[in-house]
Amino acid sequence: MHKLTKAALAFHGLGRCFVAEKHVSAINICRRGLVCAQHGDDPGENEVYDVIISGGGMVGSAMACSLGMDPNLEGKKILLLEAGNKKVMDKVPDSYSTRVSSISPGSTALLSGIGAWEHISQMRCKPYKRMQVWDACSDALITFDKENLQDEMAYIVENDIVVAALTKQLDSLSDNVQVKYRSKVVKYKWPMPQQAAESIPWVQVKLANGETLQAKLLIGADGPNSMVRKELGIPTVKWNYDQSAVVAVLHLSEPTENNVAWQRFLPTGPIAMLPLSDTESSLVWSTSHRLAEELLALDEESFVDEINSAFWSNENQSELIETAGSLFRGALSAIMPSAGSPRQLPPSVAGIGPKSRVMFPLGMGHASEYIRHRVALIGDAAHRVHPLAGQGANLGFGDVACLTRLLSQAAFNGKDLGAIQHLLEYETERQRHNLPMMAAINLMKHLYSTNSAPAVLLRTFGLQATNMLPSLKEQIMAFASK
Amino acid sequence: MYCKRLGRLVSGLYRCRMGLSRAAVRGQRSAGLQRSAAVWSPCPTASCHFSTRSSFRNTVDPDEVRRFQSLAGKWWDEQGEFAALHAMNDLRVPFIRDNLLNVHTARHPGKPLAGLRILDVGCGGGLLTEPLGRLGANVVGIDPVEDSISTAQLHASYDPDVRASVSYQACTLEELSADGEEEQGAGQFDAVVASEVVEHLADLETFAFCSSHVLKPGGSLFITTINKTNLSYALGIVVAERLLRIVPSGTHDWEKFISPVDLERLLASNGFSVQSVLGMLYNPVSGAWSWTNSTAINYALHAVKLSDDPQPDRAEDSGPHPEHQSAATHS
Repeated sequence: MHKLTKAALAFHGLGRCFVAEKHVSAINICRRGLVCAQHGDDPGENEVYDVIISGGGMVGSAMACSLGMDPNLEGKKILLLEAGNKKVMDKVPDSYSTRVSSISPGSTALLSGIGAWEHISQMRCKPYKRMQVWDACSDALITFDKENLQDEMAYIVENDIVVAALTKQLDSLSDNVQVKYRSKVVKYKWPMPQQAAESIPWVQVKLANGETLQAKLLIGADGPNSMVRKELGIPTVKWNYDQSAVVAVLHLSEPTENNVAWQRFLPTGPIAMLPLSDTESSLVWSTSHRLAEELLALDEESFVDEINSAFWSNENQSELIETAGSLFRGALSAIMPSAGSPRQLPPSVAGIGPKSRVMFPLGMGHASEYIRHRVALIGDAAHRVHPLAGQGANLGFGDVACLTRLLSQAAFNGKDLGAIQHLLEYETERQRHNLPMMAAINLMKHLYSTNSAPAVLLRTFGLQATNMLPSLKEQIMAFASK
Repeated sequence: MYCKRLGRLVSGLYRCRMGLSRAAVRGQRSAGLQRSAAVWSPCPTASCHFSTRSSFRNTVDPDEVRRFQSLAGKWWDEQGEFAALHAMNDLRVPFIRDNLLNVHTARHPGKPLAGLRILDVGCGGGLLTEPLGRLGANVVGIDPVEDSISTAQLHASYDPDVRASVSYQACTLEELSADGEEEQGAGQFDAVVASEVVEHLADLETFAFCSSHVLKPGGSLFITTINKTNLSYALGIVVAERLLRIVPSGTHDWEKFISPVDLERLLASNGFSVQSVLGMLYNPVSGAWSWTNSTAINYALHAVKLSDDPQPDRAEDSGPHPEHQSAATHS
């Protein structure tokens, strides 16, 4: 029953995504209208902001910068609310942080456009030119790279660096964007969809210090446990994978060019090694909660051994799959001799950064609606994905780029920034992009969580065939790099 | 398929009803004042002005007032009766903005129309007035229906940006034009906008004359309206009024619709030079407007007031005569 509801919700989302034209939207508007309408009892003379962004993480800060730099939005009152302290970074810390993101060319373009990329490249980031994904249960592998390894596929950047760069940029935009750090929201009050006499038509935000703010548009960028989303009562499809990610900073046994992102699908979950520098990489190992706890409890040496064997061991391979896989590969290379790419071997790990081992639970979440009257959700507040494809931050930055473009256009047409029309456009456009991505990631997760022979054969053939088809790979990369 | 379009026609009808009292005023005014007198001594006597106003008040039926009161709240329902007018902003705001930006350079990127004064004639609830105000223009919205003006004022009062740039008056264009004589003088506006209004007017001559009067030399007049074609007759009168009876028979007067050619001629005789005429198409399925080559149903027009004053005798000859009769039957 529970699963059925989830499926229905997911279907609803997909339906909106593909069918969603005005009629479906109209129904949603009606439904949206029925929720959470409250009358204002204390109008007061509070300042009305054009846009309030709730949550100053990577995506929320990028949103604030992006709006603050748009010429059509010049003169608009934009406010960023962040519960934490201001994160200034005068000097890049010597040790790497364990929380890193893969920043796609699309996200790089956004960050360059808002002037933050310059700061990031001055601080610290590591490009990679190639990605190799392979299976622990067979020889199947797939590699992604830009032609001749000339261009960067993506960058691995520490989340702290991204936030610090955006904070720096926000400082230079203080005329356009106001930031309130250490401000916790205690209550949101949603406006009626149609203006009734004597009621405040704006979203009201009550802060812990007693201050009440008003916004024509509230952007919820408050992460996977979004308070904005919860208070709106937006239904969310969630899968807890019963998995945790163990992250750590890895020291390689010898310096290499280190420009490949490695990922191997183990039956217990994917393990990834992402380049940070010539001698260091970042580990993201998704596995069961129990195994994660065990890994965390190991002494450093045994932990390093576990990592190396996870990347190198052949214990999960069976002879049947091996034979079937090599026959299939032989057949494919007879048809297309030049296609495909050779297997490379990952570097071996010598040690880990001090105190860098951390674990956190994984999950997938999908808000069936990204918008309500005068509210929009962006980033993890709207969608949360498994880290296996390195797309979490990129989906969020994609939201920022899309919403900025639509709000800029709306402002140039003299529209009320909170009007539902362009918010609906945002929702349709982003769900059309995000949902297939999330579905693909979720499918990969499930397909690779087993070592039963049929599933392994299917994925072996699928991976090998895909690896032989450069045009298909290009399309996958183009889609993932948006 | 046609239900949305009919919905739009219904909404048009509401506007039409609001225009009726104005039409009556126009009728009286043009009956009472010789046109040449209005041109040569454009300062009407105070008593005349007063009587116009009082006659307007008297022509309003208390039932109508109540109807407008119930309707006044619906101006800002984006999915309601006025949905098509809300959607039309996607065309008409850029049309006005871009044509004005061709002449005036934007100094403030966030407020491209800053420094310009615009008159929105027949503003209703302020659907077009507010976006123009947000673009930085100083906009005066006028409408003879006081309830619509109250709605517009209330709606604007919540938004500090709009509040600062928009003001409303419950009056007619003639009254404003006459007021202008007494106060700031003629030629105070950079642009006059009459969107979905002229098809409800009885006296286009007076409208064109007054528009020219309040405009600065070189100022722009923007009009959107319905063409006078068989198609608009079929959809507006036959389907809406006679077949489906959504609209009481005889409310919308096809005779008052005007073709782009006639409108152009009328404006030319009042010292305007028409710059562009563009067809507009409403898609009832998507609820969106788009530009089209055909001006068969809806169209938008941009005209510029020529620098030298219009020749009154020329205007006398060519303009179609005001239809007092039809205005009278409507009110």
